[in-house]
Amino acid sequence: MKAKVYVNLKSGVLDPQGKAIQHSVELLGFSGISDVRQGKYFEIALDGSVDDSQARESVERIAREVLSNPIIEEYRVEIES
Amino acid sequence: MKFGVIVFPGSNCDHDAYHVISKNVGQPVDFIWHRDTDLSPYDAVIIPGGFSYGDYLRAGALARFSPVMNSVKKFADSGRFVLGICNGFQILCEAGLLPGALIRNRDLHFICEHVYVRTETIDSPFTNELTRGNVLRIPIAHAEGNYVCDDATLEELQNEDRIVFRYCDREGNVTPESNPNGARDNIAGICNRGRNVLGLMPHPERACEDLLGSSDGRDIFRSLAATLAAAVV
Repeated sequence: MKAKVYVNLKSGVLDPQGKAIQHSVELLGFSGISDVRQGKYFEIALDGSVDDSQARESVERIAREVLSNPIIEEYRVEIES
Repeated sequence: MKFGVIVFPGSNCDHDAYHVISKNVGQPVDFIWHRDTDLSPYDAVIIPGGFSYGDYLRAGALARFSPVMNSVKKFADSGRFVLGICNGFQILCEAGLLPGALIRNRDLHFICEHVYVRTETIDSPFTNELTRGNVLRIPIAHAEGNYVCDDATLEELQNEDRIVFRYCDREGNVTPESNPNGARDNIAGICNRGRNVLGLMPHPERACEDLLGSSDGRDIFRSLAATLAAAVV
C-alpha cells in the first residue's frame, strides 16, 4: 500500500520560488501562465499490516504533524491500495 | 548562573555562542548534545544558528523532534530562559514555542550582511539593559528569515508588546527598504507570552567584539546575564 502526500503553501502565503519559476517559464516563451506555486510531494510505503482507513488516519497525522507546517501550508493525502 | 548551548547535527554557530558566554559574558557554559535531555543544571539555554538536519523538509522542522526539545519545552514552561538565534528561531517556531513561521526570503537570496534592528521593548530579560529605540547593528545570515503569521497573531504580538526587534535603517526608521527579507511588520525577533523565550533572526553572537565590526550584540547577552544575576540574589 502506498500513500501520497501533497504539501502546498496556503493561498495567501507568498511563494517567491514559484514566482521565479513562473518568470523562467515565461522567458522560455510560454504565455498565458497566470501563476506557479511550488509544493512538495511525498510517497510513503506502508507494509500492508493496516487497512485503508487506518493507513489514512496514520498518514493524515504524519502529514499534519511532520510533513506540513499548518501555519503556512496545507496538505492532501491519497491512499493507493 | 549556568548557560547551555544546544548542538544539533548541522548547528554551526554553537561555538560562537559558547565563546560569547565564556569570554565576553564570562559565565560558565556547556555544550548540550541534542540527544541529552537533562537541562536541570542550566538557567538559560541557547539554540544556536546553523542548518540543523541540513534544513531538510523545512528549516527547523526535524530538529523539533530531537530528544532535547521536549526538555526545552519543559524548561521554557518552568520560566527559565531560552534564546533561539536564526536556525534556533526557526526551531522554536516549528516547535510551537513561538508563534508564526519563517519562510523563504522575499528575494530568494541567502542574505549575509550587517543590518540594523530597533529595540522595540525593554520589557524582556534579553533587552532590559538596552533602551527602547536603541538601534543595534548585527549581522544576518539566512535564506529563510521571512517572518509570517496570521492577522490575529500579529495583533496579539503588537498588543502584548512581544515584538522585540524590528529591522530598521541606520537612524532607526522602520521602513520597507530596511526590511531585508520581507518579514511581516519588519519583525526580526519576538518573545513568547511569558517573555522568557526569545527568537531572532540576526546573530548577536557574531557582534560581541569590535574586531568583528560591531559589539552591539553584547547588550542582549549582558541583559540576560544581569537578569540571571538578579534572580540568583
